[in-house]
Order: sequence, then C-alpha cells, then structure tokens
Amino acid sequence: MMEQTREMIRQYIANNILFSDNGYPYSDEASFLGEGIVDSMNVLELVMFVEQNFGVKVEDQDIIPENFDSVAKLATYVESKVKLAV
Amino acid sequence: MLVHEFLEHSADRTPDKLALVCEGQRLSYVQVEERANRLANALKAKGVERGERVALYLPNSVELVIAIFAAMKAGGVFVIVNHTTKYDKLVYILRNCQASALITSIRQADFVQQLSNRVPSLKMIILTGAVADVAGAYSYETIQQYFPSHRPPKINIDLDLACLIYTSGSTGEPKGVMCDHSNVDFATNSIISYLKNTANDIVINVLPLSFDYGLYQLLMVFKFGGTLVLEKGFTFPVMVLKRMVEERVTGFPGIPTIFAILVQMDLSPYDLSALRYMTNTAAALPPAHIIRLRQKFPWVSLYSMYGLTETKRTLYLPPDQLDKRPGSVGIAIPGTEVWLEDEQGNRLGPNQIGELVVRGRHVMRGYWGDPEATAKRYRPGPIPGERVCYSGDLFRMDDEGYFYFVARKDDIIKSRGEKVAPKEIETIIYNLEGVIEVAVIGVPDPILGEAIKAFVVVAEGVDLTEADVMRHCRANLEDVLVPKYVEFCRELPKTSSGKIIKPQLK
Repeated sequence: MMEQTREMIRQYIANNILFSDNGYPYSDEASFLGEGIVDSMNVLELVMFVEQNFGVKVEDQDIIPENFDSVAKLATYVESKVKLAV
Repeated sequence: MLVHEFLEHSADRTPDKLALVCEGQRLSYVQVEERANRLANALKAKGVERGERVALYLPNSVELVIAIFAAMKAGGVFVIVNHTTKYDKLVYILRNCQASALITSIRQADFVQQLSNRVPSLKMIILTGAVADVAGAYSYETIQQYFPSHRPPKINIDLDLACLIYTSGSTGEPKGVMCDHSNVDFATNSIISYLKNTANDIVINVLPLSFDYGLYQLLMVFKFGGTLVLEKGFTFPVMVLKRMVEERVTGFPGIPTIFAILVQMDLSPYDLSALRYMTNTAAALPPAHIIRLRQKFPWVSLYSMYGLTETKRTLYLPPDQLDKRPGSVGIAIPGTEVWLEDEQGNRLGPNQIGELVVRGRHVMRGYWGDPEATAKRYRPGPIPGERVCYSGDLFRMDDEGYFYFVARKDDIIKSRGEKVAPKEIETIIYNLEGVIEVAVIGVPDPILGEAIKAFVVVAEGVDLTEADVMRHCRANLEDVLVPKYVEFCRELPKTSSGKIIKPQLK
C-alpha cells in the first residue's frame, strides 16, 4: 500500500510538475523545496492532487513541511489520512 | 543618508533590540551590524572597490541580509539575483553588471568553478555554508571568524549607487535599475511616513528580497528600528500564520496571490490581534478579496498600492478611502507628484486615460549600461536637468484626484505579482527544435493574477507534446516564468505586416 502511494506521488510529480521522461529522478527523502523539485505554487497543486486522488480532505493546518516536503513524508501523511477515513 | 546607515544608526541607538528573526535565529541590531562589518572588511581586503557590484545569489536568509549591508559598507553596489534564476540568466546579469564579487551558497560550488571564464570581471566568490575555502572560493563562515567587526570608514556619498534591481523589460532581457542612496533613502522615508511605522512594528516578509517590495521591508524596518521576521516564502501558509502569532507581527506585506490563499483559509485558530496593517502591491486586489479581507481583519488597515521598480513605490490608497473607492490605488506617495499624459505629451484631467508620469526623488537613476532604454523611460522634467519617469502604465484619475490602473502599454504579464516579459519565455520556446512560432500571453487566474499561456506552432511532422514544452521551460526558466498552459495551434493571428495580434489570443 505504502509503495503504491509513493509511486502515485512520484508519477504525479514526474508527469505534472517536472515533465520528466525518466520518472522521478530524486530519492523519496529528497526535500521538495530544499532541492528545488517543486515551488510554492506546486505545493497547492499537490494538495489538490491528494484530495482528488486519495479522497481525503487536506486541512489548512496539514499543509506543513512535515507532510508536504518529500515523497516519503507525503506518502506517510496520505496513508495516515486514509486510515483515519476508513 | 546612506542606506547602510539605516542599520548603523539603529545599532548605535538600540544595539540589543531584536532586529531579525530568520531560520530559527534571533539577531539583535549589534549582531547584524558586527557580522555585516566583518563581511565588509573581508570584501574590501579581497579587493572590492568603491562603486563595484557585489552580486548576491541567495534565498531569503540571515546571510543575504548581512551581505546586502556588507556590500554597501564596503563601498559597493549590491545586486540581488533571485535564487531560482537559472544559470544562463545569472551569468547574463553578472556580465551585464560586471560583478566584482559573488556571494552564494555552497550548493552552487560546482557551478561557480566554471564562472571565472564566463564572467571575467569577477575577482572573488564567497560561499555560505562552506566550512573552509573551497573551489577557489572563500568561506563565509571563515570570514565571520577571522575578520574584524569594526565599522569600515565611509567612502560613498548619497549620490553613489546603493543597488541595482533587475527587472523584466519588454525586450525580454533583464535590466538593472540603478538606485542611488538618496533615492532609496527618500523612498524608504516616504513609505514609512504613510504606513506610520514606529520602532514597535514587527514586520513579516515572505517575499523574496530580490523583489524590491521584499527588499524594502528589510530596509524600512532597519530604518525605523523595528523587527523583521524573514521567511523563505508563503509555501506553507499555516507556518507563516503561526509565526505571525508567536512574534506578534504588526505588519504584513502581501501580493494578490498571497491574499487569494489567505481569504480561503479558516483563520480562527490564529490570534492575529497584534496585526496593525497589511499592504498589497504588484497587481490590483480583486474587489471581492478586499471585501473578504476586510471581513476577516476588521481591525487591520489595508493599503492598496502601486509602483514600479523604476521609481520604487508610486501610489498608495489611504486605508480610509478603501471602502469608498476599492478599485483605486490612490494618490502619489508623500513628497512626490504624478500626472497623466496623452501620447502627445499633453497633461490630462479627470476621467481621461493616459500614461502615468512620476516626479520625485524616488525617480531612480536609469538602467545600468542601457542609455537607450533609460532615455525612453526617464525623460526631461519641468525644471532643467531634472528627470521624470514615464511608467508605461495607463491610468485614469477620478474627480477627487485618485488614480485607477487601466492597462499596461506593453504586453508585460503580471504573474504572482512579478513582471514577466513574454519575450523571455518566447525566446526559450523558440530554441526547441521544430517550433515555428510562439506567442505568450497572460490569462486571468484566481490565484496567480495572470497565468502564463504559450501558443505554439510547430513544423509539419514534428512530434512535440505539451510536456516537452513544459519540461524545456522548467529546465531553462525560473519558476515564475514557466507557463501554466501550452496550446498548440496551426497558425497565430497576424496583422498584414506579419505582427502577431496577441489580444486575439485572449
């Protein structure tokens, strides 16, 4: 489940933010903002992606670096929200 | 007054007062002053001379603040380059301003190694985050350890340049607006006077210091001896709001993109009662957002403003006028005047549309190394020898003398509050093989103000996708310039002389 979530996030960023032909070229732990992988507007796109694809409601207070600054962090956040919803 | 004296006077007057909160650090005025002196002494020792350009390629950080003041203390002119700027454009700016020194971070160590060939004027590079001198560059940390903290002797007068601020021009090449110390001092004082700032103000700045609106937050706070809370951006609004609560922030400068996010949020968990004022510039706030901001922050004074880098701030609307004329950006800032002219240079009266002309000591000194563009923008004023600034923006004035933005004379786009030259993006897309024609325009966007849209015509048989264009743009353009939309078309609408008619694309 976790790997599947991570792969969906990697694919989304690769296709919609990086427009990469070779997938997501960073490690899952790489900091989105620290490494310049996404910019501030892209974070808003990621919020919409998470809401639409995982059926969870992202609260304002959830949009923090602990949840939205790497593939690994975002996947962990999504999983925790999905579990809560079940 | 010299701009670095803003810091020096505050450090003399209130040495222990909290000056800067950034990245978990809390620095007093004397701490900022001593660090800036150490770096200034190093810049001088390593060969920066009076009037030479010191380029700063750093994100919002303590080091960037220190470097801004150090460059001026050393007698130099600081040039901040946004840290998301791609290398080719950075090299263009470094060459254009003939930078003598570059201060950047250790993350750029590989890149700076190739710089000496490409930028022959560079005498030295200083890297922040480097524990020792590496790759032919000096370590910022080592400088802070070994150079003396005494204030270097003053060598400039207020007619000398304090900074160059690079801005997009309609030609697509960035142009450096030359700001002398007296220009910056004047503009700073004028803005402080209408915002009624005092040393009790605590201002949060989420805008890049490479953007003059962000830079002036720092300069103003150091001038009036307040506290600046410097953030890297507004990516995580909740973090910024929490910081505003913790630090009891009184001033919040924003742009429409930021306010668009703010009005959608539930702000009830945050005690923002200390907030005294908010400012908006860079693009107009939609009236609906003004209403919602006033509902959410009834105790806060909201200032709608307008300006251009060439004169810094130009107009502001006194907050008590906001309900009466929400669409206006107000009147000339204190100590300056503005009027409207038609194409023939006739002054216009109320309810006529014309170009805004600006007169005052905030009219900057022109574009670095570009007398032609300077002569177009800065033209002779009413008194022999003086110059006024032709803003390039069309305005209307109401019967009571308040101004309303109508349109730009050129096709510059305003996205995320920053000026975007379509030409710069078009040039990059033209470099893609198979592209025959490109036209870039701005389309309305609820968050960005305007979103960038590129229309692309490709040669027959060329298989180019939207993703190809976007990838190419992301690799070659800084974040704010990357189009949000790409549309392929067979041909673009043109005049009989072959000029693309952009309004028809909208």
